[in-house]
Amino acid sequence: MDGVDLLIVIARVVVVFVILLGTTVLNVWIERKVLAKMQNRVGPKRAGPWGLLQTVADGLKLFFKESITPRKVEYGIYVLAPFLAIIPAFLIFLVVPFGRPFTIGGHEVILQGTDLNIGVLFILAMSSLAVYAVVLAGWSSGSKYPLLGGVRATAQAISYEAAMGLAMVSVVMFSSTSGDGGTLSLAGIVERQAGTFADVFPNLSSIAQFIPRWNLIPQFVAFVIFFIAITAETNRSPFDLVEAEQELVGGFHTEYSGMRFAMFQLAEYSNIFSMCAICASLFLGGWNGPTWDGSLPAFISGVLPTFWLLVKTYVLFFILIWLRATLPRMRYDQLMQLGWKRLIPGALVWLVLSTVVIGIRQFGLPWNSL
Amino acid sequence: MGALAEFFKGLRVTGKVMVDTVVGDGLVTTQYPNEFRQKPQRFHGRHVLNRYPDGMEKCIGCELCAGACPARCIYVRGLDNPPGQPVSPGERFGFVYEINMLRCIFCALCVEACPTEAITMTSLFEMSTANRDDAIYTKNELLMRPDGSVPHMFPDDPLAQHSELETADGWLRATAPSGVAAYEGVKSWQGTPGSANWDPEPTQDEIDR
Repeated sequence: MDGVDLLIVIARVVVVFVILLGTTVLNVWIERKVLAKMQNRVGPKRAGPWGLLQTVADGLKLFFKESITPRKVEYGIYVLAPFLAIIPAFLIFLVVPFGRPFTIGGHEVILQGTDLNIGVLFILAMSSLAVYAVVLAGWSSGSKYPLLGGVRATAQAISYEAAMGLAMVSVVMFSSTSGDGGTLSLAGIVERQAGTFADVFPNLSSIAQFIPRWNLIPQFVAFVIFFIAITAETNRSPFDLVEAEQELVGGFHTEYSGMRFAMFQLAEYSNIFSMCAICASLFLGGWNGPTWDGSLPAFISGVLPTFWLLVKTYVLFFILIWLRATLPRMRYDQLMQLGWKRLIPGALVWLVLSTVVIGIRQFGLPWNSL
Repeated sequence: MGALAEFFKGLRVTGKVMVDTVVGDGLVTTQYPNEFRQKPQRFHGRHVLNRYPDGMEKCIGCELCAGACPARCIYVRGLDNPPGQPVSPGERFGFVYEINMLRCIFCALCVEACPTEAITMTSLFEMSTANRDDAIYTKNELLMRPDGSVPHMFPDDPLAQHSELETADGWLRATAPSGVAAYEGVKSWQGTPGSANWDPEPTQDEIDR
């Protein structure tokens, strides 16, 4: 690995960092505007054109605020918790492929922070780490509302992580049906969603050629379960009991102010974007999309895959905002019931079903091949 | 299954609101201060002391408004009309008239109490000041000029809404000042200088028709 390759690696990581920060600022604005329009009002409109600088203004305000430390906190953990929240939030996006790999001057450049061959496992690991931040923040704040909020948030995150993992396992199992075998790497899963279903069902190609080969269609139940799980993982409505002002003041981040609070907010919005991007990569074909390679200049058809991924991610983000505008908040016991009694058994049943179907397709019916 | 249908119906409701707000004309937000809303007829805004068309002041210094005020924010002192130059038709006129806008609760009991419809309320509500002393409105700021226009405390301010002070006419009472129910709905205020921007309210027959 020579200097240019090292430079490429550094550039990829920096680009991932910049993308995450930039889109987070944009996403806060998008959410406020779209949520406002759904509630028949205008969002921010005074700070900058169309209110675009509102997030910057809020960030600056938090930057200048004093980080008050209450007397009863466990100081070391209290200071550590925001960092524990934000580091996994940034690390998760490292494994998301946000474009088609290209070659420049003999060096292959993948548009991904790093192409781990255990990408899916890494995602689960990072979201589990983020749970620590919540419970430690809540406990170390030394006050009852944050403690309750933190404990509830932790239980919620853990419950829905199981469903999320099982849905992802179904997708990984399904990725073994294409010729190259199964893979945990997100880039591999995205590559297996290229083309249309005419490749798989050549006898139905007259219809199948219009259906892109996204995992959404064969793994529809897993998609629904995964989407509900990421809504709960990122504490979005209707699962935002833990940070609702009407319920627990601020939940686990009540006693935080200034830049520490900003870290939690930044981590939350980064997580939302990352999870939407991961959902798009797992189920909606990632960066796959028509690029019209011959008829467009090379630069544009090189950027088009990234554009398709952004479109899919923002469609999912829009649906998340739509859910927030529509649904009332779930009570805590309803939330836990949904997670443990409906989603996890559902995901397990779907996993078994899809494994059976994959096995039959690969090995034939069991009573035929024995 | 019914719950699932309700879920999609709910999504449709918010989706429709969004579409109406963005591309239709469903947006109800008034882009203040670029546009101002039309106030209702009997809006309780800033007070004004009225005059008759011939220029005489309506206030006779009887202090009924000060007595009726629940917040006790009106201070009136009357004085006998100078014999040669009467200020108001009657024996006395309001010599000192002050309202402390910080204490006023804008209930319009003073307007109800006034026997001559001297004090009425306009539809101006932007009355912020930088200190407490400026908020005590004296006769200088309250009294209508002889031509019917009403002074504004900060006339050069770009956001000053002078048009909202023009609704200085007496308000239409449910009954005549005499209290006779037969005159209910009949336009019964005495003319004041200044524009009246509404038609008489329809009588019951017109409403029934």
